[in-house]
Amino acid sequence: MQLIQTIEVGAGGAANIQFTSIPATYTNLYLVASLRSTADTVITFIRFNGVTTNLSSRRLYSASAGSASSDAPTTEISMAGGQNPSSYTASTFSNVGIYIPNYAGATNKSVSADYVNENNASAAWNGFTAGLWSSTNAITQIQLLCSSGGNFVQYSSASLYGIKNS
Amino acid sequence: MAEKLMKIVVDCETGAIQELELTADEIAEREAMAAEFAAQEAARQAELEAQEAAKASAIDKLKKLGLSDSEIAALI
Repeated sequence: MQLIQTIEVGAGGAANIQFTSIPATYTNLYLVASLRSTADTVITFIRFNGVTTNLSSRRLYSASAGSASSDAPTTEISMAGGQNPSSYTASTFSNVGIYIPNYAGATNKSVSADYVNENNASAAWNGFTAGLWSSTNAITQIQLLCSSGGNFVQYSSASLYGIKNS
Repeated sequence: MAEKLMKIVVDCETGAIQELELTADEIAEREAMAAEFAAQEAARQAELEAQEAAKASAIDKLKKLGLSDSEIAALI
């Protein structure tokens, strides 16, 4: 696994963070992120090549020690727990791992993500997302978007790694 | 002056990192997504609350039937 690029959000915050001109020289991609939002929301959206269509996902998540929930957004790929919300313990961030196999191949693009929040309280989201971008185009751009009109705060970060199969 | 909304873009080929203002289209989309998200969250929260209420009602009915707390816990 080889680091391609890394981003850290500065003092001004960021509504979204983007990796562009992703080289097609790897087989799979792995994006790790540590996120916190100015909004009181845990949802982070994933988008490829700036496209907002042909996206779908199924999420399995839980907000506490209670039972898990699941849903299937049909117009987006999102993570219910991808970012720490503003109401959580100060200076804590989420932990996210997003795996994208065969990102440059001529097939539809599947995505698997796992994520947890950090919070010194009884509530902390964790979950899994299985996503699909129904496009045979190679992924050259990945965006992480903060939901509910919020911004990623300073020290939020994301690192993109490439994985070769030979 | 309204706060500027920014995005961070890194070019994976060159390593160049830019902080750019969101375009008007991006801002409009962000606002639309926020409104849609708020509606979805309200619906999801209402569903969760209904589920919790149904669960509490079911547990109450089971207790009235004579089941113990441990027996109810074994069922759910």
